Amino acid sequence: MKDSPTAHGSVKSYVTGLVLSIVLTIIPFAAVMSGALSMNATVWTIVITAVAQILVQLVMFMHMDTKQEEGWNFMSFVFTLVILGLVVGGSLWIMQHLHLNLQMG
Amino acid sequence: MASEAVTNHDDHAHPEAHDHHDTSSIKVFGFWVYLMSDLVIFGILFATFAVLLRGTAGGPDGSEIFDLPLILAGTFALLISSFTYGMAVLAMTAEKVDKVKKWLWITFVLGAGFIAMEIYEFQHLIHLGYGPDRSGFLSAFFTLVGTHGLHVTFGLVWILVVLYQLRTKGLNDMTRPRILCLSLFWHFLDIVWICVFSFVYLMGAL
Repeated sequence: MKDSPTAHGSVKSYVTGLVLSIVLTIIPFAAVMSGALSMNATVWTIVITAVAQILVQLVMFMHMDTKQEEGWNFMSFVFTLVILGLVVGGSLWIMQHLHLNLQMG
Repeated sequence: MASEAVTNHDDHAHPEAHDHHDTSSIKVFGFWVYLMSDLVIFGILFATFAVLLRGTAGGPDGSEIFDLPLILAGTFALLISSFTYGMAVLAMTAEKVDKVKKWLWITFVLGAGFIAMEIYEFQHLIHLGYGPDRSGFLSAFFTLVGTHGLHVTFGLVWILVVLYQLRTKGLNDMTRPRILCLSLFWHFLDIVWICVFSFVYLMGAL
């Protein structure tokens, strides 16, 4: 463990991660609860802040980078994202078409 | 033949690659691979939820049953617990076992607060007659959110086990990788929760 304090972050990186996460949580909740934005703008606010917060936590809390374990951590993560894209995207695509076809028929 | 292979292997092996840090990082990487498979499980549950979203069978939809201030409180508890676990890992690298225990207890209390929020929400919904048997939407909702809650509950049990082992064994080559694996698990659950509150609660409340 002696050579890896950087791999476990610093107080600064955790505090930065926490502050960013809190801000990125409050923004979408405020947008939805106040109803100030249009429907479209609210949906985009939720999506963008969610993706941003996931990236913040992956980097600041889980310390994911492309170098750990010679990049295998990152590669397995990218592979999982591809599988998720296929499963989630594919399911929605197929079920949407099934839904439309059943309505037509 | 066999001995030759062994000798060859030894020629190429670097003795420093066999120290404790190396086995520890292999364990943590193995746990990372498990988390990736867990991520696929959650992905499938999210896809199921999205497909069944409109299947309310005359029952309530998300905007009628979600209590956003309650969810926001639970979100903050889980989010801050992720931070306090990070502090425990930093205390571990600084060899301060008492601080590790203190931060782990704070993490445990925040995690327990999150679970209390979820149990309250679930029993409230079931009490209103909106249990998982009411509609496809509610089945998918309870399965997705419940699976996450179950993970957090197991994380809480794991924190208690680590606290017990810290008391009996202290910080050593056995407890360190466990604390690191649990940190990945805990941060991972926080990230899954970001997806839950964004795509289930906030989108559902629109």
